[in-house]
Amino acid sequence: MIEAELSRCVASFHPGATGVAGAAKLSGGASQETWSFDIVHPGGTIGAILRRAPQGYGASPSRAAGLGAEARLMQLAHDAGLPSPRVMHVLRPEDGLGTGFIMARIEGETIARKILRDESFAKARPLLARQLGKVAAGIHGLPRAQLPKLREMSATKEIGELEREVQSFNWPRPVFELALRWLRDNDPGPSAEVTLVHGDFRHGNLIIGPDGVRAVLDWELAHLGDPMEDLGWICVNSWRFGEIDKPVGGFGSREDLFAGYEESGRKADPARVTFWEVMGTLRWGVMCCGMMQRFRLGPDHSMERAMIGRRASETEIDLLRLLSPRGD
Amino acid sequence: MQDEPTPIELTKAVADFLRNDIAPMFSGHHAFKLRVAINALDLVTRQLTLQAGGDEAEAGRLKQLLGVDGSLHDLNRTLAGKIAKGEVDLRTPGLAEHLWQTTMDKLAVDQPNYASYKREVERK
Repeated sequence: MIEAELSRCVASFHPGATGVAGAAKLSGGASQETWSFDIVHPGGTIGAILRRAPQGYGASPSRAAGLGAEARLMQLAHDAGLPSPRVMHVLRPEDGLGTGFIMARIEGETIARKILRDESFAKARPLLARQLGKVAAGIHGLPRAQLPKLREMSATKEIGELEREVQSFNWPRPVFELALRWLRDNDPGPSAEVTLVHGDFRHGNLIIGPDGVRAVLDWELAHLGDPMEDLGWICVNSWRFGEIDKPVGGFGSREDLFAGYEESGRKADPARVTFWEVMGTLRWGVMCCGMMQRFRLGPDHSMERAMIGRRASETEIDLLRLLSPRGD
Repeated sequence: MQDEPTPIELTKAVADFLRNDIAPMFSGHHAFKLRVAINALDLVTRQLTLQAGGDEAEAGRLKQLLGVDGSLHDLNRTLAGKIAKGEVDLRTPGLAEHLWQTTMDKLAVDQPNYASYKREVERK
């Protein structure tokens, strides 16, 4: 059924396309869906991805940049030579597909455990931290004037948001309170430079091939803020998937990440990165608690959500390892 | 008094049945969902086994630390409030040890295979 609308839509922006095939939903919540499909064309089949909010789901959560902004950011990143899929089409009302966009499909792997363990990525793993440093620098260097309208965040605002969320759970969490206190006491203040921040720069949102990084996806949490936030987030232990001695995504070192970042003339600030790593660890813990809340209150009464709630304690041990490390 | 077998024995038997006899029959998304279900049952078994001892020790430490009595939930609420206000911090004698022990006890139930936890267990 979605193939009929997609076929009509594809013909309007890709001359000569005769239809679409193999439409399959990759993921989807109540408000946003991702579909994979092939554009059929006499010159050869083209892999494509539809990212959309179905009709009737216009409103996005307050932190989300919105699909229009996502499309614009991906196109800007692509045009700047960053690993980002080409945006082929931004949906119009007459397409009958809701709001969103269609982009080129990039082959590769996003599942962390495969990237960290499979032999086919053995050559890529030692390169990734440096490559991602360079990619982050490219994102942070995108010209402000060309960016879509985005919310502006700071460390202080982020601490305030986390504090409100922790309070809203109405469940005592002394380790989260300790982390909030540490964040308030160590708030480095406004960043000297405010740039585009990807906001979710980590496994799952990176397409990796045997040659390394192929694409950065999911700009839903993009905002303006301290560029060191992206470098701190990718160091959060939750994204190391067991490889805890390799702080960057379980595959690399901070030194390599910073070296890649500085290759393009930008400067990494290791102290700020550590601050954002603590913030990110707490944020993932808060997100785990949020999953538990949605399990209990919301329509999605799934075991997976319930069990993610029980992963908040993983962030508590990681916060203690950061803030109160025990001697050897 | 309820009869035997105990809840621990029952949840463990169900999890073992699902793991050994049912899981091999599935692949893909259903295998994934089944793995989550087995993990949940294993967690419940661990909690039924470990919770009473852990809670009692935690309440003892909290009473010592705060100098007041109360339910475990209320004691934790009081501690959380004092940390938020800065009335106790990592320099307060016993606080770091208490938070570490409490967190280790949670991980022993929630995720005993979590790498950070295994590293800290080896440290002892």
